Amino acid sequence: MIPLLKQSNRLFGKQVKNNSANKKFVRNSSVWSKVVKGPEDPILGVSVAFQKDPSPKKVNLGVGAYRDDNGKPFILSSVKQAEEKINATNPDHEYGPIGGTPAFNKVVQELVFGKSSEVVSSKRAVTVQALSGTGSLRVGADFIKRWINLPNSGDGRSIYVPDPTWGNHIPLFEDAGFTVKKYRYYDPKTCGLDFNAMVDDIHKAPKGSIFLFHACAHNPTGVDPNDSQWSQLSQVCKEKGHFSFFDLAYQGFASGNPEKDVNSVQTFIKDGHQVAIASSFAKNFGLYGERVGALTLLTDDSTQAENVESQLKILIRPMYSNPPVYGSRIVTTILNDPQLSQLWRTEVKGMADRIISMRSLLVKHLAQNGSKRNWKHITDQIGMFCYSGLTPQQVDRLASEFHIYLTRNGRISMAGVTSKNVEYLAASMAAVTKDA
Amino acid sequence: MSSLFQDIPEAPADPILGLNQQFLADNAPNKINLGVGAYRTEEGKPLILNCIKKAEEIVDNSGKFNHEYLPIDGPTEFCNASQRVLFGDTVDSHGKKFVTVQALSGTGALRVGMEFIKKFFPQGTTVYISDPTWPNHRNICNAVGLAWKSYRYYSRESNGLDFKGLMEDIKGAPDRSIILLHVCAHNPTGMDPTPSQWNEIADLLHQKNHVPFFDCAYQGFASGDLDKDAEPLKMFVRRGFECLVAQSFAKNFGLYGERIGTLTVVSSSEAVTKPVRSQLKGIIRANYSSPPGHGAYVTQVVLTTPALLEEWKVELKGMAGRIHDMREKLSKALEERGINWPHVMQQIGMFSYTGLNPKQVEVLIQKHHIYLTADGRISLAGLSTKTVPVLADAIQDALRQSNM
Repeated sequence: MIPLLKQSNRLFGKQVKNNSANKKFVRNSSVWSKVVKGPEDPILGVSVAFQKDPSPKKVNLGVGAYRDDNGKPFILSSVKQAEEKINATNPDHEYGPIGGTPAFNKVVQELVFGKSSEVVSSKRAVTVQALSGTGSLRVGADFIKRWINLPNSGDGRSIYVPDPTWGNHIPLFEDAGFTVKKYRYYDPKTCGLDFNAMVDDIHKAPKGSIFLFHACAHNPTGVDPNDSQWSQLSQVCKEKGHFSFFDLAYQGFASGNPEKDVNSVQTFIKDGHQVAIASSFAKNFGLYGERVGALTLLTDDSTQAENVESQLKILIRPMYSNPPVYGSRIVTTILNDPQLSQLWRTEVKGMADRIISMRSLLVKHLAQNGSKRNWKHITDQIGMFCYSGLTPQQVDRLASEFHIYLTRNGRISMAGVTSKNVEYLAASMAAVTKDA
Repeated sequence: MSSLFQDIPEAPADPILGLNQQFLADNAPNKINLGVGAYRTEEGKPLILNCIKKAEEIVDNSGKFNHEYLPIDGPTEFCNASQRVLFGDTVDSHGKKFVTVQALSGTGALRVGMEFIKKFFPQGTTVYISDPTWPNHRNICNAVGLAWKSYRYYSRESNGLDFKGLMEDIKGAPDRSIILLHVCAHNPTGMDPTPSQWNEIADLLHQKNHVPFFDCAYQGFASGDLDKDAEPLKMFVRRGFECLVAQSFAKNFGLYGERIGTLTVVSSSEAVTKPVRSQLKGIIRANYSSPPGHGAYVTQVVLTTPALLEEWKVELKGMAGRIHDMREKLSKALEERGINWPHVMQQIGMFSYTGLNPKQVEVLIQKHHIYLTADGRISLAGLSTKTVPVLADAIQDALRQSNM
């Protein structure tokens, strides 16, 4: 909890000189003196420790960005070509529209719903550009808090997130004024999905609750419901009149197929849910630092969509006025160009495939190193992250004895695994789990 | 089917950005856009600064930059260089007590600063904003849940600064209020306090323990000289004030849509800088995680490459010079039509508060296809030698019409 600054009755400061040109005064205590130090970002801590380690064998499994097989950042060719195409037009840096350009918002909808989708043709969805996944979630959270019309709104706004979830979900929704509640999700016994408990918690929640789902490639566990489970989840949510907010940070990046990766969203829409979707283009386009994302809301019709859009703009204007244009131009250019679009699909599949193959290799080498443990969850899980099942103590040993760095919840960023370090990683993991 | 959003009313268009949409939709061949404060050349085109073009080539081709995540508070080099531009030599004397974070242009800096104030100041702390001010100042206070009040600023009768009213209202504010001040080229009026008035304002703020929040969106655009334009801010820093400063690179770098700026918290002690930074990062993280890279790197390259920095200063002088030229031409053109408007030359920066009332503004828009905001604010950056007489004619017509 951050304490409010208490008002001091003391006189602030003494004038040192009376000369008006040289007036100085010394405050006895700063107006900021009650500001307490905020908590350190746990993921950042891993990076810091990794940087400090001089060992040539060190491995960074805390990285939140894709790395190629040489452990280097990967700049997509489709992105480079799009940048060249854009630069050739000598673009200006003028303000974009508050909600992003219509061209960008259109390609986002086509990517999420499909070009021939009824959602797109009816114009009943509204999409606004926002600052990557985080910004989209935040604009969505603020909008829902202000405008959503649900039965049983009750004691104020709660939102249900999976346990565990991406660390930033909690402060983000709390800052937006929500009470964050958790629904059971991950089963540490199986390193898989505790589906029955999840359904149970969705059922137990008051009617008309707000639920956050990871559309694919759950962060941090990598554990996703299968298609049949998503159908069942959709039915339960429908029965209870819940509102579903999808965090879509890995479209294309999970299975390698952008259409397959939104199956959860499509299922819910088919069943009549008016979902919200926060799309991030950080990972699937490698545009992390350019902060490209979008928030999409489904309404009944195009008129309602226009009204919703106007109110989204009212929210955005006092946040940052309008979104950064650089990255959105790239995404728009790629998705509107058949050749670049195809190239992008190949590249995003390449990234997904590399990660999938690293999972396989890791399991294979764990067995080869004599580990008797069941490591099947590593290949069952999907996306950037893997909940290894390692305990905090085992994680600490990996760091101190083997120079392998990951967060203490046992989360491995598969992007940090390469064909060059996977055997060493497997041997190390086998070693620390030998007597477990 | 009953929608979750069925009762949502359509919101009114943003007064400034909505005006732009109106302009774009107008088919008149001779339409003139004096709405948004974006710089235009004599040909009426956006200007991409040469220093920016060169810096972009470096960013794109040097191999030193990529699209990876930036630190939550922005690159250190970017923040330090931005600080140096804004605070000049006070960085040397007071810099250890500055916390500078990258922000989403001026709006984003104000927003993070206001959220910070909301979290750490006593409940009921009020933000005092000038009457008039940039409309989004009010929106930001409202969005964050901070109470705001106005202090008198512009006198319609004198078409000048109501300094007496300003001082009275700031004196009347409860101790330790937040006072929002425009460092230079006040938006929308173009009226800035004189150096001596600034000193009196500082005296009063000190007396009342008020905390200034400086909005610096036009550094370099007022006088053409970066250091001169930031002088009021530096005076406050030298006098030991704790304050917040929102810095925008939208106009002076022409980077509008890239959303590049900074927020600085100036404190009286080094000890508080660590906790302050960590809390600012917390606010940023929960809003958008980390800031955009491209524009920040481009800015950083200009500010840290001496030749480009010099080129920027020259280009800034050019822009400010052209705007000043438009003021002179407009002033003369109005005189030739028997209209004596001394405020056009007295005001400074991108805007002029013409003093036209909403009815007269409508005449300009509807009859003459000249777009300006309802408060009578024109952006001089949107004028050219060719269009000055057109505007002068239209103003003459509007004044004549309201006299009928």
